[in-house]
Amino acid sequence: MRHEVRFSGFGGQGIILSAVILGRAAVMYDNKFAAQTQVYGPEARGGASMSQVIIDDEEILYPKVSDPDIYVIMSQEGFEKYGAVARDPAVMLVDSTLVHSRPECRYIGIPATREAKQTLKRDIVANIVMLGALVAATHVVSEEALKKAILDSVPKGTEDLNIKAMQLGLQLGKQP
Amino acid sequence: MSFEDWYRQDRLPHIFCAGCGNGTVINCTLAAVEQMGWKQEETIFVSGIGCSSRASGYILADSLHTTHGRALAFATGVKMANKGLHVVVFTGDGDLAAIGGNHFIHACRRNIDLTVVCMNNQIYGMTGGQGSPTTPLGCLSSTTPYGCAEPPFDLCELAAAAGANYVSRWTSYHVKELEKAVKAGLETPGFSFIEALVQCPTAFGRRNKFKQVADHVEHLRSHSLLKAKRDRMIENGEQIPAGMFVVGELTRRNRPAMGVKP
Amino acid sequence: MTRPEFWQGNTACAEGALAAGCSFFGGYPITPSTEIAEHLAAKLPKKGGVFMQMEDEIASMASIIGASWAGARAMTATSGPGFSLMMENIGFAAMTETPCVVVNVQRGGPSTGQPTMSAQGDMMQVRFGSHGDYAVIALCPATVQEMYELTVKCFNLADKYRVPVFLMADETIGHMREKILIPDTVERVGRKPFVPGNPPFRAADPDLIPGFPQFGTGHHVHVTGLTHDERGYPAATSPQLHMDLVKRLVDKIENARDEMADYDVINPDAEQVFIAYGAPVRTVQQVMHDRKDPNIGFLRIRVVWPFPEKALAKFKNAKRFLIPEMNLGQIAREIERHVKVPVRSIPKLGGELHTPAELVRALEAQP
Repeated sequence: MRHEVRFSGFGGQGIILSAVILGRAAVMYDNKFAAQTQVYGPEARGGASMSQVIIDDEEILYPKVSDPDIYVIMSQEGFEKYGAVARDPAVMLVDSTLVHSRPECRYIGIPATREAKQTLKRDIVANIVMLGALVAATHVVSEEALKKAILDSVPKGTEDLNIKAMQLGLQLGKQP
Repeated sequence: MSFEDWYRQDRLPHIFCAGCGNGTVINCTLAAVEQMGWKQEETIFVSGIGCSSRASGYILADSLHTTHGRALAFATGVKMANKGLHVVVFTGDGDLAAIGGNHFIHACRRNIDLTVVCMNNQIYGMTGGQGSPTTPLGCLSSTTPYGCAEPPFDLCELAAAAGANYVSRWTSYHVKELEKAVKAGLETPGFSFIEALVQCPTAFGRRNKFKQVADHVEHLRSHSLLKAKRDRMIENGEQIPAGMFVVGELTRRNRPAMGVKP
Repeated sequence: MTRPEFWQGNTACAEGALAAGCSFFGGYPITPSTEIAEHLAAKLPKKGGVFMQMEDEIASMASIIGASWAGARAMTATSGPGFSLMMENIGFAAMTETPCVVVNVQRGGPSTGQPTMSAQGDMMQVRFGSHGDYAVIALCPATVQEMYELTVKCFNLADKYRVPVFLMADETIGHMREKILIPDTVERVGRKPFVPGNPPFRAADPDLIPGFPQFGTGHHVHVTGLTHDERGYPAATSPQLHMDLVKRLVDKIENARDEMADYDVINPDAEQVFIAYGAPVRTVQQVMHDRKDPNIGFLRIRVVWPFPEKALAKFKNAKRFLIPEMNLGQIAREIERHVKVPVRSIPKLGGELHTPAELVRALEAQP
């Protein structure tokens, strides 16, 4: 089964890292295939950032996302640029703290930035909260694989914080 | 062994014009190399393009005659890939200071362990006498037919400002001093730069009122100002006469260097 | 044995270089190739190798030639503008028969163009970009796995044929992350040993490749970009000598075209045949997978230069060749030289890979 996942937000939120972690979870720990790509602008910070990952049980041929079935949107500009096109049967996870629009497709509001700030005191891990919620809602990779891929990818000394963020996301994503 | 044993006998005669100063500089360099006791198989000569850069091809050792201006970049690769090799670069004023200017300042900045001998004839000799970045103001060349209007580079000041560990300037008249300076450069870890002002009777002298080779060499001698004397003059508030250039050891220091044999 | 990794193409290229024993990298930062330099800056010193950030791409190319003569397996990586700057010294490497590897992660050109977008616009430049006649080898990876494997292969071909070898990647594959299986070891083919006493540029063997007299080993070799005789001595005014030298430099590569050919032939009986190299391979694969039509053939080329013209003859029933390229038909024109049936170029500029739908449209369009 081929899943096409699109992440968007603003530069600095860890949008590209989110897609890399998800692809890594699929390839390294779930024995699947993944192909991750991104859109580069000239800005190093700010602007609408977008990254996509394809996850498949079979080898991936065409590596570009053409019609995402899963969206993770973390900024209003990201929604307008990369999320507004979403239609059923896609599902979108929106960071309800930062995105006020809602798509025409099915969506789940996740107050990731607020929860990261209030519960974990660090809004920098909002992207990991979103990843947890994404996996809870779609099972596109296993929880165990996601956990291992997060531990591979985050800076030393931040492992506990990131795992807490993932678990928080798993809880939020399970709610209907 | 003498310095003459470093020449490829089967490449003679050479292409240099009668009266050219380059041969003097090559002799001085090889004599200095010989005094170092370096073996032919561990000494590499690298050069760019121009009359000066033909030098590498007359030497019985591994040598790399590269593209115009790029000798220092090639030499950087040789030296960094095998720090056990001694690398000597022959270049000229056009090769080093015009097309190769960027490589020159960066090789100085890196202070990479090379010895660079620049034969500065103040003109493009091989292509028939065009102005170079060291052609003095007012001098005639085929591309400065009304006199050179651009101020020249002082290559030694450039090397020192950019970070070279060793810098000296002599002329083809100062054979003994030049040989000693090259040897000091070979001994100094890091980037060593030796500028040798040379006569070019064919392209420069002919256009600039040096009827005889000896006239040009005499000009180089009489316009040389020893560094110590220059320093004294400055101390005493004396004016340095126009047209004089400083000779001697101008910089010797021990900045951190790259590529030095461990 | 292999181990899986989830790597970016540029990382795979750098790791392939390390596996191949690359011990010198000289480069200059340029999008979209910079990750290769960054990866090697971190890894090479720990393996006893040298990473040099040079002052420009001219110097980068010069430094790897110098390093190669000093015995290193040497590489640089760049993209369009830097590749243009390297051209003079690439010719020097060809003339002096210097083994070295140049990676070009192609981006949109001409000029500064599209730094972050993909293209294949340098396919003719890599073959003919430096002045004069010469021949080189160019490989095009279509997967992250091939970024690794073909980089290794570049080093082996460079050493074997004593020629600059190019990994002509593109931003699509260079920046994509995907699954890759890393082998425990890779094959290494070294340089032909030099027989002491021989003139250093005499090529006595039928392969026309002289042994390599590495600097510092006592052979007193003179290496010059001037037309030179077998001794390596300048002989720039001899018409015959120049003709013989340049012919040999070209023939040693062109004569080995079958030996180094690397391509896949799929559905050789088909009438409609796609030909692709680099990223567009992936779109053709998707179309082949989706259509499952034995009447659609596919020639997937990894070694683009020298061009494997014999591969074209394997499609005996071909009525039409379709060539998707991220340029205005550079290799399509090369293919036209070799076949009698129509060649339909499917060019795409702008930085995005052809979509499967675009190729299907081209397939269904009447000739």
